[in-house]
Amino acid sequence: MDVLKIHQEKVTKETGEALEKICPFGAITCQNGKLDISAACRMCRMCVKKGPAGIITLEQAEDDKPKVNKDEWRGIAVFVEHRDGEIHNVTKELIGKARELAAVTGHPVYALMIGSGIEKSAESLLKYGVDKVFIYDHPELKEYLMEPYANAFEDFIRRVKPSAILVGATNIGRSLAPRVAARMRTGLTADCTKLEMKPNTDLVQIRPAFGGNIMAQIITTNNRPQFCTVRYKIFEAAKTVEEPAGEVVKMNLPEEKRKSRIRLLRTKEKPKEVDISEASVIVAVGRGLKSQADIALAKELADVLGAQLACTRPMVENGWFDPKKQIGLSGRTVNAKLIITLGVSGSVQFAAGMRNSECIVSVNSDPEAPIFDIAHYGICGDLYEIVPELIRHIKEGAADVV
Amino acid sequence: MLYHKEREAETRSRVSADFFTGGKILEIIVCVKQVPGTNKVEIDPVTGTLKREGVESKMNPYDLFAVETALRLTEKYGGHVHALSMGPNQAKAVLLETVYMGAEDGTLISDRAFAGADVLSTSRTISQAIGKLAPCDLILCGKQTTDGDTAQVGAEIAEWLGIPHANNVTEITDVTGDGFTATVNLDAYVTAQHMPLPSLVCMDADVNTPRLPSYKVKKETKEDVIRTLTLADFEDADKSHYGLSGSPTQVERIFEPEKNAEKETITGTGKEQAQKLYDLLKKRKFV
Repeated sequence: MDVLKIHQEKVTKETGEALEKICPFGAITCQNGKLDISAACRMCRMCVKKGPAGIITLEQAEDDKPKVNKDEWRGIAVFVEHRDGEIHNVTKELIGKARELAAVTGHPVYALMIGSGIEKSAESLLKYGVDKVFIYDHPELKEYLMEPYANAFEDFIRRVKPSAILVGATNIGRSLAPRVAARMRTGLTADCTKLEMKPNTDLVQIRPAFGGNIMAQIITTNNRPQFCTVRYKIFEAAKTVEEPAGEVVKMNLPEEKRKSRIRLLRTKEKPKEVDISEASVIVAVGRGLKSQADIALAKELADVLGAQLACTRPMVENGWFDPKKQIGLSGRTVNAKLIITLGVSGSVQFAAGMRNSECIVSVNSDPEAPIFDIAHYGICGDLYEIVPELIRHIKEGAADVV
Repeated sequence: MLYHKEREAETRSRVSADFFTGGKILEIIVCVKQVPGTNKVEIDPVTGTLKREGVESKMNPYDLFAVETALRLTEKYGGHVHALSMGPNQAKAVLLETVYMGAEDGTLISDRAFAGADVLSTSRTISQAIGKLAPCDLILCGKQTTDGDTAQVGAEIAEWLGIPHANNVTEITDVTGDGFTATVNLDAYVTAQHMPLPSLVCMDADVNTPRLPSYKVKKETKEDVIRTLTLADFEDADKSHYGLSGSPTQVERIFEPEKNAEKETITGTGKEQAQKLYDLLKKRKFV
């Protein structure tokens, strides 16, 4: 495994300062000619690649870890998210992606479903081209409980040995996937926005990184299974196949594995709300909005367009919006036909939540704003001039038709 | 100082029966993280290096809800809150902030050996530190961080410790020696779950209004309220288990997000831009 080695004898004032500057995490300090790397280091290796040559080098430390036999791990598995057999659409999206990935390596596509009375529902997945749906079907597994579900998941992995596992980044998926990944002592990449497969079965996982405008390509080189979560509305749903050839495989979980230290006391349905994930037209506002009162302007535009109003993370942090209206990695992912962003700079974490939208129109006063890199129509200007005019046009246009 | 007696070598991958106080005194560890104050990280187009604008950092805003929950629980049921963080020396600032809010003390886990840790390696590191802070009844975390955005570390810590966990918890009530009731947000529905002690809970965002740090406490607090743990302090001090070496996932490359190739810029005065945008929306049948 790689470690950074400092060659102190080569450090000069100039090179030391250059290295201090190059480290994006402020982990390198140079005092009295002595170079030091602190715990702030993230092993991004910028100092090795871009710094003065030969001062910090990457050393291969003794690596006596046993190599995983990748041939023993076959199949791309999808965890089926459902409630009483009603399958969440993210599952169909993941099956679609799993089929693409499996085509590269010739692996089968599996689905894992845990619940009670779910056989019919499991069969319904075969038409999406799943080769095998493994079901843990037992009355004690009716409601989601972390421990028995994690145990069933673990049982599935140990017996079936899938190479890669895709889990929807729902509240249940984000609780279960890390639990099981840690149990298997393997890697887990959250909220992947892109997935690819290498011929050697390494899953290429791409996601925004370092909380900034950077994407990271992540692989799990020596562990199986490879775990990732993907949010709803990132991938397209699987198309149905004409002649489903797959089968449902019944699995058994021993009684002691169905025990739970957590006891379910009661469940309560949430009132159905309009979810911005489902909206086809969205007006999204960001910090370019000067005051809370100006939300009314954006709301008016949303109303005349029949759109949902959404926002960026800072708008939630300053208390102007309900968190359910937030687009981005820490909010919702949307896949709208039209999204108009007003005063949104377009951080990667925001963009990851909306860049799949069909038509992106962005109004921002800063010509350098990264939102213009993903907008189909970029409008560099003052939203306070443009939006009232646009509303007037739309209202007049509507009046003309009548 | 309310540190508990450190115990002799014993593996902490699974907690032993005396890990917790049985709820007689509620000992809560709250995990906090220092994150950059800005998320403006970019790749310099000329040198290809990462640029992070501004050096200010702050407490991960999601952690504040966990800190507030912990403080309210100990106010109601008695007990102590202990802050725990992993990061460089500067991260002591967020531990101090937690102390100024009302925590007893703070522990910083800091060692270059932890550099480049992914989720598995980070959670292993934190679980080892929690082993050193025992006894402990409840571990509270925030929902996610604003720099990593993974929302996975809490659940993995619980797995390393072998204790139950719940994510997206909006409320903790009815704490007794047996456990407590957690209200859990599961997207479409909400459940009330009885959880035993010890457990790990990741609090949902916006579940309370976090208090501000107290200036009075700040003036009275001495630096030694924060202590540091390094790899050498761990039961499992095998270097290869931590940092990049202990991380199954590897960052193969970093790159700038793709730009949209087919883009059009709408120019002119504000009036003209509005007119052009309206025409466009009309043409595409959005209005």
